[in-house]
Parts: sequence; structure tokens; C-alpha cells
Amino acid sequence: MRYDSLLDSLGNTPLVGLPRLSPDPAARLWAKLEDRNPTGSVKDRAAFFMVAQAEKDGLLKPGSTLLEPTSGNTGISLAMVAKLRGYQMICVMPENTSAERRQLLEMYGAQIIPSPAAGGSNEAVRVAKQLAADHPDWVMLYQYGNEANSLAHYETTGPEILADLPSITHFVAGLGTTGTLMGTGRYLREHVPGVQIVAAEPRYGELVYGLRNIDEGFVPELYDASVLNSRFSVTSTDALRRTRELLDREGLFAGISSGAAVHAALAMADKALAAGQEADIVVMIADGGWRYLSTGAYSGTLEEAEARLEGQLWA
Amino acid sequence: MAIEVRIPTILRSYTGGAKSVEGSGDTLADLIADVDSRHGGLQERLVDASGLRRFVNVYLNDEDVRFIGGLDAPVKDGDTVTVLPAVAGGAR
Repeated sequence: MRYDSLLDSLGNTPLVGLPRLSPDPAARLWAKLEDRNPTGSVKDRAAFFMVAQAEKDGLLKPGSTLLEPTSGNTGISLAMVAKLRGYQMICVMPENTSAERRQLLEMYGAQIIPSPAAGGSNEAVRVAKQLAADHPDWVMLYQYGNEANSLAHYETTGPEILADLPSITHFVAGLGTTGTLMGTGRYLREHVPGVQIVAAEPRYGELVYGLRNIDEGFVPELYDASVLNSRFSVTSTDALRRTRELLDREGLFAGISSGAAVHAALAMADKALAAGQEADIVVMIADGGWRYLSTGAYSGTLEEAEARLEGQLWA
Repeated sequence: MAIEVRIPTILRSYTGGAKSVEGSGDTLADLIADVDSRHGGLQERLVDASGLRRFVNVYLNDEDVRFIGGLDAPVKDGDTVTVLPAVAGGAR
């Protein structure tokens, strides 16, 4: 397939069956391979749409500075677009994210401002909001609240999936900014009666939940619970186990959040089978495993990998 | 057998530092009231007049209770209930 430029090759990712991981011929899992996007993750969709919208709105001009709280994939996507379009990019990023991500961001020319590991992305959001207030000339696209994030999935991911699999019964994706689930979920709900939209939320070690006060909690502005049917909290043990099963049984080298999504998808498959229903379950593979090699997730026993992952952000 | 309730770090001042406590009840609301009878103040941190507090997430066997009945969700012996603050989470 031919495109005018790398940016033009966004989306239209493959949807591949997972026949060995599917529990039964009547409950089939399908993987949407988002690592086949320009910078290797699903976040390219949101990043490209948010930048295009900001340009349309006149917020961005050559030489503008982008600021974003991001511990990885969105930052990498934004840094790539920024480089091609002539913007500066500043990422506010928790200290406890993988070395690969930092190196990629630096290669794309982004400046990284670290935020404390304790509190995870909550802290990154807080620091970025403060920086944005101090620097009104910087443009914070703010993936957690930018409608163009979910719109990207409403206009691309949703239609792609429906075209490839009209018999879809479930859509399962990781829950972070909630953009993927909100956009794809809304589109599918409008076109597929009874479709179930399922969130797989990573459950981290205690450090990440280290708020000083429960009222400091955070729910992304994009989140609309009415789009979802179920929401699972997936431990790093379960996510790692499924990530390895994807590789062992299907040959698919995916990131750890994809393992979490597969775990939730298998739970939905079991529910469908128990109810005597057929299921075609689409699972988002948000990125490949490359960005997590240094976490040790893929070497040694599951227990060793789990111990190494404690305190790290894997999705 | 009882129901295990896992408590996040931030609320362990109500459980004498315990990471998890046990309780019983037929619904999540019953369970929280039962636990509160031994760990006073916990209920008020989890629930307000409108239901579960906005930044409190409760999972019954890893499934978000807001999608399976909320405070009316049925619970039984052997279940695990996990309380977590809502956070932005990980790498976005």
C-alpha cells in the first residue's frame, strides 16, 4: 500500500484472528494491531487528530511549543508530528517509565520534564497543568480532555473494525485517557445493536496510588461511563501472563497493556459461552513489546518478571 | 469463609494499617456497613449521599461494581473486593 508520507499511513491497521487463544470456535478473539501505526502505537491516531484540530483552530503556528503530560506513547506520537511540522515538544513524564520511551522521545527532539514517580500520571497531569498556567504561550493539547482524541477513534478505529468484522459482539481496549473506548465505543454502539464495550484498566503497585488524599483522585474529562458495559481492573500478573500467551500461542509480540485487554476479553468470552452465545471479540493491541524490553517483562519466570515490574508504569 | 476487602494505602489509617480486612453481607452496601462497624469512618470515605464517591473505585473480583449494580451489587463468601482511588494511571 502506498502513501504520500508517513503521516498519511495512519490507521487501517490489520485485524487478525487469535485462533489458538480463543477458548472455543464459538467465541473468537480478534486482535487489532495498532503497533502498525507510524510510530508504533495506537496513540498516533489521537496525536495526529489533536494536532490537526489545533492547526485548524489556529492554536498552532510554526515554532509553537507543545506541552503534554505523557509517560510515553502519546508523547512519542506528538514528538514525531511536532518534528515534521516544526513545533517544539515538551513532555511532562513520571520518573518511573521505561528507558526506551525516554530515548525515543529524545531522538524525536522532545524535551522531558520529570514528575515524581509517586502518584504516577496524576502527578504528571498536575505538573503539566501548572506549567501551562505559567506559560500561556505553550499549547497543551491535553489528551485526557481533548475531544479530538476520542473523535480520532470515532472516525477511524470504529469504522475500520466494523468494515472488517460486521459480526463484532465485543470491543475490548485498555482504559487510560479513555479516548479509544469512548470514540470506538460510540461508533460501534451506533452501528451494532447490543455490542458490548469493555474496558481493561491496569492495576499497578501501591506507589502509583500514593495520593495524599482521596479527593486528589483523577477521572479523565473524556470519560463517559455510559459508553461502557464492563470495566475490569487487571493486575500486572494477569497482564504479564496473557502478554506471554499472546507470544507463545499466537506469535504476537505485544506490549503489556495488550495482555491486560486479552485478559478482559477472555473473561467476556467465558461469559458469552456460559450464556450459550456466539462472540466475536475485538481486542486492541495498543503497541508492540519493544518499548517494554528493559522492564524485564519478557525474560525469566512470570514471578521474576512481576517482581521487576513492581512500581513501573506498564500501560 | 468471609469476603476479603482490600484497602488502599491512603485509607489504611482506618484499618490500623491492615492491607485487607474481612467482612460479610449480601450486597456491597451491607459489606461496607459491616466493615465500618469495626473500622469506623471508612464508610464515610467511600460513600456519600449519591453513592460511591467520585474518586473511589471498587472492584468485585476485578470487575468495576459501577457496572454490576453499584452499592446493590450482590456479594458472597469467597469474593474479593478491592478499593482503589481513581488515578490517571500509567503511560499515556
